[in-house]
Amino acid sequence: MIHAGSPRLSRRIGEAAFLAFCWAATGLAIVALAAILWSLVSQGVAGLDANVFTKSTPAPGSEGGLANAIVGSLMMCVVAMVGAVIVGVLAGTWLSEYARDSRYGKVVRFLNDVLLSAPSILVGLFVYEIFVAPLKGFSGLAGSVALGLIAAPVITRTTEDVLRLQPVSLREASVALGAPVWRTILAVIWKSAQGGMLTGALLAFARISGETAPLLFTALNNQFFSLDLTKPTANLPVVIFNYALSAYDDWRRLAWAGALLIAATVLTVTVAARMLAREPRRS
Amino acid sequence: MTTVAEAGGAPRAARGAALDRLFEALCFGAATLLLTALGGLVVSLAIGGWPAFERFGLSFFTSATWDPVQEIYGAAGAVTGTLVTATLALLFALPLAFGIAIFLVELCPPMLRRPIGTAVELLAGIPSIVYGMWGLFVFAPWFAKHVQMPIMMSAKPGTLWETITTGVPNGAGILSASIILAIMILPFIAATMRELLLTIPAQVRESAYGLGSTTFEVIRNVSIPYVRTGAIGAVMLGLGRALGETMAVTFIIGNAHGFPTSIFASGSTIASTIANEFAEATGEAHTSSLIALGLVLFLITFAVLALARLLIGRQAHA
Repeated sequence: MIHAGSPRLSRRIGEAAFLAFCWAATGLAIVALAAILWSLVSQGVAGLDANVFTKSTPAPGSEGGLANAIVGSLMMCVVAMVGAVIVGVLAGTWLSEYARDSRYGKVVRFLNDVLLSAPSILVGLFVYEIFVAPLKGFSGLAGSVALGLIAAPVITRTTEDVLRLQPVSLREASVALGAPVWRTILAVIWKSAQGGMLTGALLAFARISGETAPLLFTALNNQFFSLDLTKPTANLPVVIFNYALSAYDDWRRLAWAGALLIAATVLTVTVAARMLAREPRRS
Repeated sequence: MTTVAEAGGAPRAARGAALDRLFEALCFGAATLLLTALGGLVVSLAIGGWPAFERFGLSFFTSATWDPVQEIYGAAGAVTGTLVTATLALLFALPLAFGIAIFLVELCPPMLRRPIGTAVELLAGIPSIVYGMWGLFVFAPWFAKHVQMPIMMSAKPGTLWETITTGVPNGAGILSASIILAIMILPFIAATMRELLLTIPAQVRESAYGLGSTTFEVIRNVSIPYVRTGAIGAVMLGLGRALGETMAVTFIIGNAHGFPTSIFASGSTIASTIANEFAEATGEAHTSSLIALGLVLFLITFAVLALARLLIGRQAHA
């Protein structure tokens, strides 16, 4: 006989255990995040002084900073983003406005998703094969190409997604006013989707600014300050990798400072992108 | 849905319509460039790795010998390391991710929903190299002292448990790498699961509650069956990430070649081997073997990701 009142004891115990597990899982994730952020701050702040921004990477035992790596990383990311935004926005536009459900469109969309989640170290290998090996030299430019190849699929995907959200009536209105298709896309569709497209670009930037694996054998590293992207270029992730695994305390301190810088940048950009995405559209 | 291109087929060409062709060609070119990039990636890995396949033949896949001095290379050790760490990571991350997703959808007080959601997103945003440093300098010492040592001390000699827990208690190794990987893929699986759970119509869940079900019963009997296909896709997506993850694993797996002998032993994955050795590879056989490893990794992740997309796509259209 089924009791009409409270559920049976076993059901209640099962329910309580299940709810406790969900709470605990979430708690665990938050504890992990807090632990990582705490180590970053407590270890990183100690190494963060003016030298970090003004001096180049030192020889062991001497004073130095990360200036060359910071500048190198910024240059490579900017070049990569310029290329990735051009390719990504145009490709996303093609998928949304021209291809839609055509067979070729489906193929491109699928392969873009594959590229989006392909291991980043393979992108590094690919750029090494087509860029570094034939030209017989590591260069910052090769690093930019690798980073660009990682950012472009992200931008393509988000661009297509936000363009598809734009109402058809908007397109019809523009065309009815006599605007050619390209102007409709440029001045109406892109304009009304610009917030979402910016979010996508920011997320892509956040993704590549911490990428290490594709730079290991494309940009390599450079101990000195240099603005020349045709030569091996210092960059934060590779410097952190080399210094963290070194035996010198001052190098390790710099590695923590660099890790704090990168994490702070990435997390700030991620939060900014999310806030931008949530902002209600002005109309 | 009407596309602009179709809508633009007006009887009289608009002013500036001559540029339409050019603009379409530009967009088409960009899309094709992406396609070419992926194609080029596969072809270049195949060409670069060919000498290794040719030289070692089938033994490249069956041998775990990785000996740069005698120039004998086999991928089995790294492939095993990759599969074992990724699978373990998935086993750890899956129940937790599911718990988090359910928490965010069903249990979370509305006030906390956004902060906790953001926290999980931030966990996904932390760069891989930061996970690696944290794993090596913070997690590994703690893990060695509070997990490895007690387990190894208490393992009875001669048992299977003793065999799979032997190793140097320095905190690095297969299990540590798997745990770090689990933390890394956790937010991705949780976010996808959450999206899926939100697609369940409110009436369906409310009917189940109305019949007197507890939250657990609603999840088990209504929610999970409803999102099953998509959830498997989300899991595969997480697996794909774990398989290709490089820097964090390179820091903490210990970087030893050959088959991993226990969960506390040092090992290597495909990605960590490439990251460690490629820039300093000696000779053509070494370089080529590393690229061949890369191709193997690509094929494994491609299979997993393709399956994931197929399953998630099916759910979205259902």
